Amino acid sequence: MNQLLKNNNIKLFQTLLTKQLNMSVAIRKKFSTEIENKFKVTGLLDGRPLYLDAQATTPLDPRVLDEMMPYLTSYYGNPHSRTHAYGWESEAAVEKARNQVANLIGADPKEIIFTSGATESNNIAVKGVARFYASKKKHIITTQTEHKCVLDSCRALEAEGFKITYLPVQTNGLISLEELDKAITPDTSLVSIMTVNNEIGVRQPIEEIGRLCKAKKAFFHTDAAQAVGKIPLDVQSMNIDLMSISGHKIYGPKGVGAIYVRRRPRVRVEAIQSGGGQERGIRSGTVPTPLAVGLGSACEISQQEMEYDHARIKKLSNRLMDTIYGELTHVIRNGDPVHTYPGCINLSFAYVEGESLLMALKDVALSSGSACTSASLEPSYVLRAIGTDEDLAHSSIRFGIGRFTTEEEVDYTARKCIDHVTRLREMSPLWEMVQEGVDLKTIQWSQH
Amino acid sequence: MASKTKILNLYKALLRESQKFSTYNFRSYAVRRIRDAFRDNRNITDSELINNRISEARKNLDLIKRQALVSQMYQTDKLVIERIPRT
Repeated sequence: MNQLLKNNNIKLFQTLLTKQLNMSVAIRKKFSTEIENKFKVTGLLDGRPLYLDAQATTPLDPRVLDEMMPYLTSYYGNPHSRTHAYGWESEAAVEKARNQVANLIGADPKEIIFTSGATESNNIAVKGVARFYASKKKHIITTQTEHKCVLDSCRALEAEGFKITYLPVQTNGLISLEELDKAITPDTSLVSIMTVNNEIGVRQPIEEIGRLCKAKKAFFHTDAAQAVGKIPLDVQSMNIDLMSISGHKIYGPKGVGAIYVRRRPRVRVEAIQSGGGQERGIRSGTVPTPLAVGLGSACEISQQEMEYDHARIKKLSNRLMDTIYGELTHVIRNGDPVHTYPGCINLSFAYVEGESLLMALKDVALSSGSACTSASLEPSYVLRAIGTDEDLAHSSIRFGIGRFTTEEEVDYTARKCIDHVTRLREMSPLWEMVQEGVDLKTIQWSQH
Repeated sequence: MASKTKILNLYKALLRESQKFSTYNFRSYAVRRIRDAFRDNRNITDSELINNRISEARKNLDLIKRQALVSQMYQTDKLVIERIPRT
């Protein structure tokens, strides 16, 4: 550049200078956006944590986003507008999505109602059925390990004068069919039991429950948010009358779900939301076309990929457990090891405090239980219901494996987990006593 | 019927475009899924089925191109395991 100046080649100098300036502006722009990245969770050197919390939510599959994009940009019509093409094209997209959801669970498209998610679906199912049949039947059965939204809906119904039976579960997390059989009375309008538990991953015997409910003429609702698209479900052969579905647990968008409501024999529900009467009056409000399209697409993909995904998740799940069990003792798996969904592994590391372990494992996104209750330090009510000791309930960690989890992530997590559990145990006086052969249960702790 | 080289080129293009996902999990999934799909379909002989699979793959190639671009536009920090030097 000095050479250029000397030669008085002003024009060339100027162009070069502007070029350089432009470049530095571009770099600065890029740099500043990097600095101002408000989503940064960790220092640049650490990197983002791995994601092993597939029960809380799953990433949006790029194939799903690709289907949604046109309806987020060009096709913005209201699917309920009957007078113009904008409405028709959105309606066609929503109806296609309804078909895709129905196909996955063996239902008729007319039986699918779009909602905002599984929580709303569960509310509609539990409160809707209970209130509609309130004049004839006033008894509801559910289990102690249900999701909070089912339990809370039941509490609300209790206040309205309904009788609720909260069935206990066995130590493996499964309900006892005999107890359910005994609990169902002629006054029972609804039995609500989840398919796959969100915290411990156990699979309830849905087919048997369905058969029992049909024989006893009670409606059967199942919260299948953690099961749809992951294990084969068929509402006909399983005698399911109502089923809740969530979009973001199956690599679809957040904020959308569906409820299946049987038409033959007809199940009636009282709507919770009043409005324009969309979705057969069961869920008023404009159906969000892009989200419905996303849910439909996610359902279709998970139907096509179910076998592939399941085989892979099972492989990764075994890999994780084999590595951990290979190097650590006193690790207890919560929930039945056979009747389970392999993508959800809930382990208790004895003599380690779960929260300290989660803190130590900060470069892996894990949870000790459900996301809804992860803010509290209370041990999970699900673990309490299966009779887990207080100390073990405090030391539980849930590993969630999904479609996009890799071997490297599983290996890294297992390694870190083993290292930190070993380190934390070495610091623990209780662990030392156990190593010396002292049975902690026999110790008389002095009272102060 | 499509020739062997044509299919091979399609396979390579799919893998090449998948590498452009900036998101680690999507990138590794795409590569793994493409490899597995081609391996699973290696022995099919029905020409109609082959043509179906090829047009499906072409659609997926376009999809991957679009979505890789999206993932490049909204990049995040690299994951912890991406920062570990490979041994």
